[in-house]
Amino acid sequence: MNDALVIAGQSYGSRLLVGTGKYRDFAETRAAIDASGAEIVTVAIRRTNIGQNPDEPNLLDVLPPERFTILPNTAGCYTAEDAVRTLCLARELLDGHALVKLEVLGDPRTLFPNMPETLKAAETLVRDGFDVMVYCSDDPIQAKMLEEIGCVAVMPLASLIGSGMGILNPWNLRLIIDAAKVPVLVDAGVGTASDAAIAMELGCDGVLMNTAIAQARQPVLMAQAMRKAVEAGREAYLAGRMPRKLYSADPSSPTGGLIGS
Amino acid sequence: MIQLFVNGQAETVDDGLTVSDLLSRRGLAGKRLAVERNGEIVPRGRHAETALADGDRLEIVVAVGGG
Repeated sequence: MNDALVIAGQSYGSRLLVGTGKYRDFAETRAAIDASGAEIVTVAIRRTNIGQNPDEPNLLDVLPPERFTILPNTAGCYTAEDAVRTLCLARELLDGHALVKLEVLGDPRTLFPNMPETLKAAETLVRDGFDVMVYCSDDPIQAKMLEEIGCVAVMPLASLIGSGMGILNPWNLRLIIDAAKVPVLVDAGVGTASDAAIAMELGCDGVLMNTAIAQARQPVLMAQAMRKAVEAGREAYLAGRMPRKLYSADPSSPTGGLIGS
Repeated sequence: MIQLFVNGQAETVDDGLTVSDLLSRRGLAGKRLAVERNGEIVPRGRHAETALADGDRLEIVVAVGGG
């Protein structure tokens, strides 16, 4: 079945996107990402520790950009200006690579997005030629605004970043999915495999997660579970679930031909 | 001598130092990184020709784990 996820004209076989933070070490990072089957992996952009450990391994040696689509993020940015600066540095770091994840945070306690700043940054980045995948609130109106600005994917939260609280408002996600002409990915909040499957069954085009894998007791095993959950959820969505009926009175086995009748 | 602010830290260096010189002094030559000078990207191809000036603010960044 050819069921590729297409983002900014590029096709991807996997609908699971994963982050690279919070792992014990780079070996575990790579093992979990391999088990997840993800082709798109997010990274953060940070200052080098000048003069300290110049020989310490580099994340991009572990996850070579020739093999993975590196998705630089703007985690930790609270203004449009900081987010744009960060992604200009990311584009230089990744040799002109245009695909980026925009997130502008509004509050360190909840990490909820600051939507006015997110919209402002999206406009600037789209104008500068970036392909913007954007972390946003699950407000269908603002998700539509981001699409109209020219973002290549909208990525509403399912619940707070790192919370593992799952899909808290499936109906808002549905409203966003129904209206969107670009891929909709759940970004943030997935805690376990069933959450990812629910997101996909709702009709999401993909799921982006980090903590649910990295903070599992066995990250590599959870990465594998998430791969299966996203695939299963996608297939269930495409297959179309049966209608919900409180009383079925319609058994699966034949009603005739019973012995002794 | 000129004063620079490299990743937020003040330091004093010789006149005429280029971005390339600064990176190699720190063992960062050839690493996957990006440099911003006073808010503008310094493309990799221009590190060798970009001389630093007094008061320059530099950001040198790499990719790290993140979601």
